[in-house]
Amino acid sequence: MRITVTVDGTTYTDEVEPRKLLVHYLRETIGKTGTVVGCDTSNCGSCTVHLNGQSVKSCSVLAVQVDGAEVTTIEGLARDGELHPVQQAFHDNHALQCGFCTPGMIMQSIDLLADHPDPDEDTVRHGLEGNLCRCTGYQNIVRAVQDAAQKLKPGSQQPVGGQ
Amino acid sequence: MIPAAFDYTAPSTVDEAVRALADAGDDAKVIAGGQSLIPVLRMRLAAPTTLVDIGRIPELRGIRDDGDALVIGSTTTHYEVQRDPAVRDHALLLKVATDTVADPQVRHRGTFGGAIAHADPAGDLLAPVLALEAELVLHGLEGERTVAASDFFVDYFTTALRQDEILVAVRVPKHTGWGAHYEKFNRVAQAWSIVAVAAAVRTEGGVIAEARVGLTNMSSVPVRARAVEEALVGQPATVEAIKAAAAHAADGTSATEDSNADTAYREHLARVLTSRAVTAAAGV
Repeated sequence: MRITVTVDGTTYTDEVEPRKLLVHYLRETIGKTGTVVGCDTSNCGSCTVHLNGQSVKSCSVLAVQVDGAEVTTIEGLARDGELHPVQQAFHDNHALQCGFCTPGMIMQSIDLLADHPDPDEDTVRHGLEGNLCRCTGYQNIVRAVQDAAQKLKPGSQQPVGGQ
Repeated sequence: MIPAAFDYTAPSTVDEAVRALADAGDDAKVIAGGQSLIPVLRMRLAAPTTLVDIGRIPELRGIRDDGDALVIGSTTTHYEVQRDPAVRDHALLLKVATDTVADPQVRHRGTFGGAIAHADPAGDLLAPVLALEAELVLHGLEGERTVAASDFFVDYFTTALRQDEILVAVRVPKHTGWGAHYEKFNRVAQAWSIVAVAAAVRTEGGVIAEARVGLTNMSSVPVRARAVEEALVGQPATVEAIKAAAAHAADGTSATEDSNADTAYREHLARVLTSRAVTAAAGV
């Protein structure tokens, strides 16, 4: 089937098999390997991307289902060489060890902050319920999300990254 | 893993979808959000020859007020149910149960009707739908019919839906002003309920006037704890009175045994969780 989808601002038209998963389309057809596959059970959340502005697990969506939609991946966040504030907050707070869960963690954190601009710790932990970190780094991930929330507040003078 | 190959069609009307299902025969499956089906396809636990995607039929999505009931379109997402003011005001039990379903990514994509039609006995929306005495609107080649929730769930992953039928909407009688709580017992994030209890309670001057209690995963289908409901009516909304009524929670259930829990433990959970759910729903 032929699909047309906008990924990170660029529109692609491709012929895909109905059984092709969105994550495989992103990685193999258009080369967006920043989105990773971490499990085979829909649990880990590493493949999280935004579909029409909402976070989804791209291993649990068919490519044919996104025909006409807009997808944002971890690769579409930085602007003019500047990291997205949530990416920068993960960097500043050492919110990763091996880094495999990080693309999904960041995509889900951005979604979480859109619904909860000033989340308490419990809200962050529940909001990241669908993302697993096997280096047991949740402590700093929670810290990074709350740090990003402060820096994203309207009127905040503090630049992300504290430079 | 990669699913086995299948044909895919995404009709834009219910009539087209029903026709596509009938034409494709016994090995066709309906897909909407796909949050239960796609993992199953990926593990090749199922290999339908055709998927009929009802996610592009606008009339199936959304929540409308129909006087004494809310009508929830089957492809309305969990996220939309969670945030809908009418659901909060008139069917709070659905909102609080939906809050516990899976994780945020799955709730963005997964649908209310999909979870019900999938009929996993550990699914969190079946017991609330049963407890609120909802009606399921099914559409097939021969037109539309309405089935009570108590007749819809037949067995594990089995419902009253015929091969050519699609669940198009769920009609939920308004329970305005009722307190509600969904008490779910599982061990880790994202895990299915080992047992869970859906409770909705209407109190009048500190006395329980009406109660609805539904149990998740205490049988192959969701069950009403009618003995508890009857024991609660007319009782003061106190911890002691609720605990006494909740002692009947496992009456008439047929809980399974698995690696998480044996039958006796599930029955124990049903009593404890019913007590907690009703207490919270009554605002005690």
